[in-house]
Amino acid sequence: MANTEVFWAKLTNPLVRQNPVTLQILGICSALAVTTTLDTALTMSASLIVVIVASAGIVSLIRHHIPSTIRLIVQIVIVASLVIVIDQFLQAYFFDISQRLSVYVSLITTNCLVLGRTESFARNNPPFVSMTDALGNGLGYALVLTIIGAVRELFGTGRLLGQQLLPTVEQGGWFQPLNLMLLAPSAFFLLGGLVWIVRSLWPEQVEPSEFEAPKAGETGP
Amino acid sequence: MIDLNPISAWKRLLALPNENRTKTIIVAFLLSAVCAGLVTTATVVLRPIQTQNRAAEEQLRLDQLLSSIPGMSEIVADAGGSALTSVVVDLTEGRAVEGLNSERLQAVLDDPGNWTQLAPEQDTAGIGARPDIAQIFILRDTDRISLLILPILGSGYNGPIRAMLALRGDMNTIAGLTITDQAETPGLGARIEEEEWQAQFAGKQLADEAGMLRFSVTRGSANTEYEVDGITGATRTSNAITRMVRFWVGPDGYGPLIGAVRRGEF
Repeated sequence: MANTEVFWAKLTNPLVRQNPVTLQILGICSALAVTTTLDTALTMSASLIVVIVASAGIVSLIRHHIPSTIRLIVQIVIVASLVIVIDQFLQAYFFDISQRLSVYVSLITTNCLVLGRTESFARNNPPFVSMTDALGNGLGYALVLTIIGAVRELFGTGRLLGQQLLPTVEQGGWFQPLNLMLLAPSAFFLLGGLVWIVRSLWPEQVEPSEFEAPKAGETGP
Repeated sequence: MIDLNPISAWKRLLALPNENRTKTIIVAFLLSAVCAGLVTTATVVLRPIQTQNRAAEEQLRLDQLLSSIPGMSEIVADAGGSALTSVVVDLTEGRAVEGLNSERLQAVLDDPGNWTQLAPEQDTAGIGARPDIAQIFILRDTDRISLLILPILGSGYNGPIRAMLALRGDMNTIAGLTITDQAETPGLGARIEEEEWQAQFAGKQLADEAGMLRFSVTRGSANTEYEVDGITGATRTSNAITRMVRFWVGPDGYGPLIGAVRRGEF
């Protein structure tokens, strides 16, 4: 059925080929901040998926009645309210992880990924397809966060989800933890690597260069 | 004749063009009201669970601190297990405040009148203002105080650091320190949360015989009984710990209380 195929494409395209993080470079801030361990990355991904799907659904439901002059404010208010609810929920039921995520859950409000989907897609499409599209994008974001979180936790501490996989030197093993992995720059390196891999596999994603580098030896007047 | 039927009024509102100013204002107002309701409900409904979580966290840290102090478990066992009592103290006077339990404490602390503003030269911990009352924990051995657990606070590199400092009965020997809340750089400053680092505090002295405050977190490794190893790459976090410990055992912190305990008045 053609309809199912549309939904399927909406769901699976943003996972790798149209991934919002690697293709559009959206949501970088949180991708750097919450990926020091895998469990924070997973919690953050789950929170973002809930927020993005719910906000896409709500915006899509009221899309015919959003005055265009205040449409961005309307969308941000909806997203922000959902984020506060999620944040309070995490503080109540996942206290330990919410302590480690600190302000980054609240920062989902300003995550361009969420606003990008409500503004460019949910505002013009019926609820079900909007939510599918949002879920796909949320999963794409989650995939990137999971990969970066797993690599950073494994090589930064030798653990994965708190389980010691590589015995560190301090514990009498052989693995010397890479402290760099726990700092923000490593997330940039990993993300850059991911973008490189994806764009090598799909060369059509490579953007044309905006500037021509001056030739070597050329000097000004 | 104005149509007062709400259903038809609602339909007329929805039928208005989106550019209409009245509709814009009404939509904005309705949306705000719905979102405010949503947020308020979530906050109010979930608050009791969150408060419980925080209290449990505090208790857990306290238990950890107690179990990390050498010889502590025997003292507690001797005293029947529940010897640790919580007392609200007046910091300026250095005495207990009667009739103030931990529930009322929060209400008192919410009143800015119960806070003392600190002048920049006093404020070595970087906290701006200090509460006049604080909840501390005391362990008594027959009639003497054998352990005092003091919550302390200071500003670190990335945000406030909260900790519990345990002092032995002589009020000069540190029995232990545990960090209850911090936001330092992961892998560097955040290592203050590691048990191995905190374990060094046990047995360190605060001041020398002349009463001069000597305690510090050094750069590199500790040489004297007043020093604790610094954390490589986290000088500012290490300094913050030094300053907050010194501030809180000093005259603007728990100084008066410590004096009262020394004189046996407490």
